Amino acid sequence: MNKKIAVQVDDLTVAYNYKPVLWDIDLEIPEGVLMAIVGPNGAGKSTLIKSILGILKPIAGSVSVYGKPYKKQRHLVAYVPQKGSVDWDFPTTALDVVMMGTYGSLGWIKRPGQKEKKLALEALEKVGMLAFKNRQISQLSGGQQQRIFLARALVQNAAIYFMDEPFQGVDATTEIAIINILKELRKAGKTVIVVHHDLQTVPEYFDWVTFLNVKKIATGPVKDIFNDDNLTKTYGINYKVSIQE
Amino acid sequence: MNIQDYFSLVLNDYTLRTITLGTAILGAVTGMLGSFAVLRKQSLLGDAISHAALPGIAIAFLLTGVKDSYVLLLGALISGLIGTFWIRSIITKTHLKSDTALGLILSVFFGFGMLLLTFIQKQPNANQAGLDKYLFGQAATLVESDVILLSCVTGICLLVMLLFWKEFKILLFDEDFTKTIGFNTKTIDILITSFIVLAIVLGLQTVGVVLMSAMLLAPAAAARQWTNSLSTMVILAAVFGAFSGVFGTAISASQNNLATGPVIVIVASIFVLISFIFSPYRGLLFRQIRFIKNRRDLKLHKTLAFMYHIAENHENISHPHTVKILNNFHGYTRGTLQKLVDKNYVSLDGQMWSLTEEGFKTAANLYSQQSKKDE
Ligand SMILES: Nc1ncnc2c1ncn2[C@@H]1O[C@H](COP(=O)(O)OP(=O)(O)OP(=O)(O)O)[C@@H](O)[C@H]1O
Ligand SMILES: [Mg+2]
Repeated sequence: MNKKIAVQVDDLTVAYNYKPVLWDIDLEIPEGVLMAIVGPNGAGKSTLIKSILGILKPIAGSVSVYGKPYKKQRHLVAYVPQKGSVDWDFPTTALDVVMMGTYGSLGWIKRPGQKEKKLALEALEKVGMLAFKNRQISQLSGGQQQRIFLARALVQNAAIYFMDEPFQGVDATTEIAIINILKELRKAGKTVIVVHHDLQTVPEYFDWVTFLNVKKIATGPVKDIFNDDNLTKTYGINYKVSIQE
Repeated sequence: MNIQDYFSLVLNDYTLRTITLGTAILGAVTGMLGSFAVLRKQSLLGDAISHAALPGIAIAFLLTGVKDSYVLLLGALISGLIGTFWIRSIITKTHLKSDTALGLILSVFFGFGMLLLTFIQKQPNANQAGLDKYLFGQAATLVESDVILLSCVTGICLLVMLLFWKEFKILLFDEDFTKTIGFNTKTIDILITSFIVLAIVLGLQTVGVVLMSAMLLAPAAAARQWTNSLSTMVILAAVFGAFSGVFGTAISASQNNLATGPVIVIVASIFVLISFIFSPYRGLLFRQIRFIKNRRDLKLHKTLAFMYHIAENHENISHPHTVKILNNFHGYTRGTLQKLVDKNYVSLDGQMWSLTEEGFKTAANLYSQQSKKDE
């Protein structure tokens, strides 16, 4: 394959206490893929994303984005955290949260203006949440909150998107709406990395997959490596997934 | 002196005016900063900081032997800062829960401070008396220079808050995200925390170590009840804090000998109590009223929906039907029918009812709303 590498992870080891929760991970994510990260609860999926994004400090290893350290490439990366990681009772509106996606490019002190507001409104429109723009965020449903987070990432207008369980707790309609947006991003040449729990939908939604359980089990095109063998290695029990051809 | 006398005195009496101004400004700045502490879920932080300041006061006195309040407050500031940053490093380095770290520092520093205070009191030094005023505060000792200092700190604090508003907001809401977009969260955090420490230390003289954290939390907790906007919350908290200061001072001045600090705190708590009960969205009272109203509306709507079902089957929506048919609907009462008539949704003619135009429309809307929710 002669594709560019969007994200490269070398020998990454991460520990919260003594026992590493990620062990010696090597990972190359080619540009333009829509990749699922799968693995059981506690496998270290969120930890992997957080370490790539510099939220956590690994005890060893390095990460590069388009060949340079992440610190120099922040503007190329957008992040959708796990929904439960913030307090939704925070006093602010949906529009305001989406606007936060522009803060990175604004930098210190500078306030968001009309241009940023317009970007945020466009993103809200894209995720079908324009009607809720002035809604206090605690009065949104779980799926709507998820869409707000997605809109915030869209506003970042990045080249690489990391999303931690964007389908968590959303209904079928929202799931389809979100996956369509992700596929659109891929079509636009972006790289999208998604922590995903529903194994049934992996072949339908994604073209690339990484199996993770403390160690990297496998990574590659879904059609080549999404099989019972890797699933069993990752989840530890005999897994049978009927893959639609 | 009663409260009215007080308010006429405030304009003329220099001392009283100084004290009132001082407590008002103190209330405003702690209320403002308290909003950040509350939203960061660090309610105990204020408590830990104020208690951590106590040994600083004692040590400053032991070292210098003077009781000048600036020297003592400098000591308080230093030990408050040390305590705060110990808490921070305990949390990040040891994975202890933050309330454990806060509680730990609070009791260790306070215990040490009390130990030093008793030691000082045993010294044969005429100067030593009165250090214990920092435990519960003594607003009467506020002088003009204190008020000027308080105003300066408040001004700087306001300026910094306006400048870094966006950074404060995003850190409070989503720290991880803030890191990924390149803000140094540590810097923002230290900025907020330092101001909180500063405000608390300045309040020690007035309100004292023990009650200072209430000044931080109460106005902010009350303000949160009334608004869903961060800026309004901060402004409201400042207003509540300032009023607590003024009323607290007024009450304590008019009821001879009541300690000002505790009275201010009680007034602030009354703000909290009122807010928790009467605020329109989050208040207990209105929640209960809304609940009852919703339940009544639901009964009404269900009856209306039942009638709509019947009327729907006729070409003329206002075709009359017998009231008896409504008995088939579980939960129908004569009262609900009357209410529907009062609302002009239904017209009643002897034992026959029919839907009005308005009633039909309302019922139809009810349906589309319900099916939307079912999606
Ligand atoms: N802040 C923390 N402190 C200590 N240990 C942690 C912390 N966060 C996660 N862990 C541990 O690290 C391991 C990996 O956690 P992580 O959140 O990355 O899992 P995950 O794959 O995202 O799981 P899930 O599917 O439940 O989201 C788990 O064993 C977890 O207990
Ligand atoms: Mg996770």
